[in-house]
Parts: sequence; structure tokens; C-alpha cells
Amino acid sequence: MKEKILTNVRIIDPSQKMDEIGNIVIDEKGKIKSIGKKSGASKSAEKIDLKGLVAIPGLVDMKAFVGEPGFEYKENFRTLSQAALAGGVTSIVTMPNTKPIIDNVSMVDFIIRRGRDKAKVNLFPCASITRQKEGNQMTEFGLLKARGIIGFSDVNKTIQNTELMSRIMNYASDIDVLIMQHAEDYELARNSCINQSEVATRLGLQGVSDIAEKIIIERDLSLLSEYPCRYHINQISSKNSLNVIKKNKSNGIKFSTGVSINNLSLNQNDIGEFRTFLKLSPPLRSEEDRLSLIEGIKNDLIDVIVSDHLPEDEESKRLPFAQAATGSIGIETLLSLSLELYHNESLPLEKIITCLTINPAKILKINKGTLKEGSDADICIFDLEKPWVVKAEELKSKSKNTAIENKRLQGKVKMTLLQGEVAYSN
Amino acid sequence: MATAKKVSAIKNTPKHLLGIQNLSVLEAKEILTEAKSFIKLNRGSSKKLDVLRGKTQINLFFEPSTRTQSSFDLAGKRLGADVMTMNMGNSALKKGETLIDTAMTLNAMHPDIIVIRHQDSGAPNLLSQKVNCTVINAGDGRREHPTQALLDALTIINRKDSVEGLKIAICGDILHSRVARSNIYLMNMLGAEVNVIAPKTLMPTGIDNLGVKSFTDMKKGLDGCDIVMMLRLQNERMQGSFLPSKREYYEFFGLTPEKLKFAKKDALLMHPGPMNRGVEIDTKLADDINVSLVKEQVELGVAVRMACLKLYCK
Repeated sequence: MKEKILTNVRIIDPSQKMDEIGNIVIDEKGKIKSIGKKSGASKSAEKIDLKGLVAIPGLVDMKAFVGEPGFEYKENFRTLSQAALAGGVTSIVTMPNTKPIIDNVSMVDFIIRRGRDKAKVNLFPCASITRQKEGNQMTEFGLLKARGIIGFSDVNKTIQNTELMSRIMNYASDIDVLIMQHAEDYELARNSCINQSEVATRLGLQGVSDIAEKIIIERDLSLLSEYPCRYHINQISSKNSLNVIKKNKSNGIKFSTGVSINNLSLNQNDIGEFRTFLKLSPPLRSEEDRLSLIEGIKNDLIDVIVSDHLPEDEESKRLPFAQAATGSIGIETLLSLSLELYHNESLPLEKIITCLTINPAKILKINKGTLKEGSDADICIFDLEKPWVVKAEELKSKSKNTAIENKRLQGKVKMTLLQGEVAYSN
Repeated sequence: MATAKKVSAIKNTPKHLLGIQNLSVLEAKEILTEAKSFIKLNRGSSKKLDVLRGKTQINLFFEPSTRTQSSFDLAGKRLGADVMTMNMGNSALKKGETLIDTAMTLNAMHPDIIVIRHQDSGAPNLLSQKVNCTVINAGDGRREHPTQALLDALTIINRKDSVEGLKIAICGDILHSRVARSNIYLMNMLGAEVNVIAPKTLMPTGIDNLGVKSFTDMKKGLDGCDIVMMLRLQNERMQGSFLPSKREYYEFFGLTPEKLKFAKKDALLMHPGPMNRGVEIDTKLADDINVSLVKEQVELGVAVRMACLKLYCK
């Protein structure tokens, strides 16, 4: 590979508090050689002029589902990486809710091999916290970690058993593994498919109160004060949960929190008359909740924005709302939809990018989400102003269940570099 | 002077009756006016019309029903339609067919109207997007039961001339009741004041925003009411414990002659049926022809459904 220089580009890299127009030089090995105003390259370097565009570290998405193995008809490594690169995402934490579930060492070997052969992005697989995600028996944290598992999550399942949760935390604290919890009390959430609210009453659907989320977060954070481990709440959805987080953070408890871009951008009214693509977990809640989540990002109570990319085939969604599958795709629109929060003046640009790059990298303890000299040249280059309309059929995911069909967005990825190579451009 | 041509508020075919929420006041009133004209016909000796001759009506019932199903059945037949009733409880669904597949299959037979009852809220809406005939909702989950509300309104109008200005209490299992929801929308629309009375665990979130006053005390809730609508305790939809016991429920929320005295002197009693005698209603009261409109509700149900079929299948 030849040396490359990206010129005249606005570089925003929160990891080094950089927001300036300058150059990025990438060496032959695909690493950042130098960056910034004064950066320059040898004459032989390949020059790419990016005037008017913005360069940020490739996005790190902490929650995405890849259909392999078992659900290849929904998504596979190839389609997921195409969608990711088109959205400027270069590192993906994949969820273990495949078939079979990733809960043992041989599955990890398979997934890593398969990902290496088929995917063009950096994959960081998660394994389940408990065997078969059943919430009874913890998986082999130590062995799985040694094979390359980045963290542990039961995805859409929650450890209900308090004793087990305390042991998981206690055990995890000793071997430095990341536990990612989906916060939902099963009894309170039984049969629910939407936020408990007037909307649920009008639609005649079983709602779930935000207490179901809050109660698990409260429980886990109480346990965490006793057994401090690397603990991450996958996605929160409500103001009530945020209050608990605030209280615990001010008491010095250390943990991290994520939020889905859907919960930041949409609310329960967007469900309209039974739009099943907006059936999500945690559910979309009130506008008040949405606004409080934005405040949560501003005040550093929320660290990460995820896509919660969950491809579902048409058949699973073309059902009465209560029966329809949960989730929506979103990895390709993650950045553009996040930029809406900048354009409508909800959040500063630097804050949004922090939550999409360096913050998740720090939580995962990976050397990504940064453009510091010596790091991999995973770069997302986008046009901050370009308007476009989301069309499901134009998205690269194998499944087309986007929650934001026909939405008008501003800001679109122009080019994505992976280890210095142009992996996507339009 | 030229007489103005009568313009129907219900336009465009196919047009669906999915819920009272989607109706305008004009549309609701038109259905009620049309229904009135059928009351007399139904009481006469020759009950057959040919308004819907040549039309095919399919009753698609995914949930067991006695009165609604037979009412739609009769209504269609009296208007001259060919009526087919399908009880889906033990049919295609058990073989794994989805609602959409069933709908497409039936659609291929060119029906003009599909009447659907389904246990999932929103199922008629989904169906209406996939077929090219009229869809009439005969009850979906806990969302809406529009023809029940319309027949309740007609029953009230038949006795009290108008719904406007009346005070109506709806008591019982509001949480699981599609009848309550449809009635709240319709009675509000027609100018009544609506109270809902239920124990806290059977009261849905945000009910006050639907334009009602909510009470947990029968005495307060029934005060000054002209109409008392009792609802069935829907045990089949209840998962887990909502109430300590039926006995306790009857004590505080069951309608007895004593509790009825909290309402106006000439207050009338309604119930969408089927009744749990001794649970939500005193058995003698239920049969008291001076107070109870239950039989009239069933009778006028046919007229209302005839009106809906006629107006929506043009």
C-alpha cells in the first residue's frame, strides 16, 4: 500500500480534542502517520482532496446483530459490513443471539474465522452471559475472553436471578471482563410491546412501565457497589432510569451506559397506527423521556450511542403488533440520524462523535475510535450538510426494517477508510 | 326550490370501519340514522331486503363470539348478501398460516366485505392494508369494538332521544375492554359526559386524557348518571392477579339495586354481554325490564350492523 494523504479536511477527533482543518497522512501499513494542520507527506504519496468534508474516527457500534450463524436470511457478515461501511462504522460489537447462541469456545472460533473471511470491518464478538441466555448458569468468561470475546451480554434477556447476578459481578470483577446488561424486569414487562402510556391505551396494547427498567438498574448498581466489575447498561430509555444513574454516579459507583439512536430520535407517537418497525426493546417512550436522554448525553450520564441494529425479515414484521418481531435496522443510518441532533441543536457535534467513537472504544478497552498517531487509519469521512431521504430499498442491509423510512436527514457518509484502504465511497 | 342532493359522509370504496377513533361525528350520526330505519323492518314480518344482493360477506372470527357473530350473520342475510362465517379458532392458524396469508386467500375469492374479530389489537388495520374489500372491525384485542358502541348509542337514543347532555358511567374492567374504549370515544363525540369506574388495577394508563373522569368509588362515579354501562370481568385476558377475589370485587364494584340508587332515579342499565351474574351485576337487576336494556341492545345490534354493512359496502 502506498502512503496516502487526505488534505483540506475538517478533522474532528474528540480523543485528542481536535477540531481543525488539516491533513491526515497514512503510512504504508495503514496507520496514522501524522494528523493536523502541519501534517505533510512525501511527494510520492497518493493525495485525496477532501475539501468541505469532515473526517472522524471510524464509528464504534457497541450493539449490532449479525445473522450468522442461524439467521443468514436476515443478515450475514458480508451485508452487515457493507451496511456498516456505508454508514461510516468500522468497528462492530456483535451480539451472541445467533443460532446456536455464542456461549462456548468452539462457537467463538467459528465466528471469528467466519468474520475474518467474510466481513470487511473490525468485528468484536460478544458471548452470552449465561448458557443459552437462560439466566441460570454463567458462561466460561475466562476461556471465552482468552479466545477473543470482547464482552458478555444476554442481548434482549436480563439476568433476573439476583443471587446469580451478584456472582456474575463478583466473578467478573476478578478477571476484568465487561458485563453488558439489558435492563428489564420480566414480570413487569410480561407480554408488553410498547411503553405504558395513553398511546398504549388507545392502541389497546399491553404496555410496560419504565419501572421495569429502573428496578433492574437500581438492583444492579446496588450489587455493583459490593462487587465492582466492568458493568455496562446496554440501552436505557427513560428519565426515571437516568435519575438512578445520576444518583449512583455521584456516589462514586463506576459503570457505563448506552442509548439507542432510536430512543434519542423518536418517541412513542411515531408508532402511529401499528407501525411494527417501531416495535423496539426497550420501547420508544414519551417525548419527555427522549429529551431527558439527550440531557443525559450532555451531562455525561450516558456514554455511548448505539444503532441497536436488529435486522428482521418481512414475515416477522407483517403481523399484528403484539405478535410482530422486535427491532429495527440502523447501522447504516446511525451517523446521519445522530447528526440530526446536531442540526436541530440538541447536541454539540463533538459530543455526538465522542459517544460514537472514543467512548465505546474506552469501555471496550480497544485501540479504536481515535485518529492519534500510530493508531489504525479507520476513518469516516462525511458531508455534514448533504440532505437525503432514507429509502429502505437503498439500504445495504439484507433486511429492510428501518424505523425511519422516508425520513429526511442531513449529513451523509462520503467515504470510509479501513486500515488506510478506501472500503466505501460514493 | 331545488332540494339539496343527499350527500353521504361515508365516501370512497372500499372504506373500512376500523374503530370509532377513525370516525367523524357526521359519519357516526349517519350510521345511527340509517340504523333507526332498520329497527322497524326487523320488528316486521318480512325482514328481507335486497340492498346487498350479489355481495359476498365473510365473517372471519378468530375469537369465540355468540352475539356479535350471529348479529353480523343475520344483518348480512337480511340485506340480501351471501354470508359465510368462518370460525378460525381451530383452523388455518393452527397450521401456521399468518393473518395476512389467510386474508390473501380469502381476498382471492372476491368478497365485498370482511367482518373480522381478532384477539390482537390492530389486526383489522393490518387486514385492511392487504385486501381490496371493505373491512369491518367486530372487535380487536382490547382496542375497539365500534359496532358495539354504535348499538349502545342507538339503544340510548331509542330511549332518551339523544345522547347529548347525558351522563354515562362505564364500570368494571376498563383495562381489558374494547367496548369501554369505543364507547368512551363515541359517547364523547355525541356530547355525553363520561365517567369510568374501576379498581385501580383495572384502570388503563392515561385514561383521563381520553376525555373521561375516572373513579374508584361507585357512589361518586354513579352520582347523577343517566346510563350505567356494566362491563364483564374479562378473566380470559387477565394474566396474574388483578383482584383479591370475585367476592371482594362484587362487594365494591358489582352493581346491586342499592348501588344503582347512587345514579339518577330513572337511570338505565346496559351490559354488552355475556354477563357474569353475581360478579359484576346482581342477577335480578340484570333481568329487571324496567331498568335493564340488555335485550334491547341485542335487538338493535342487528339494525346497527345492517346500517354499517349497507353504508360501507357501496
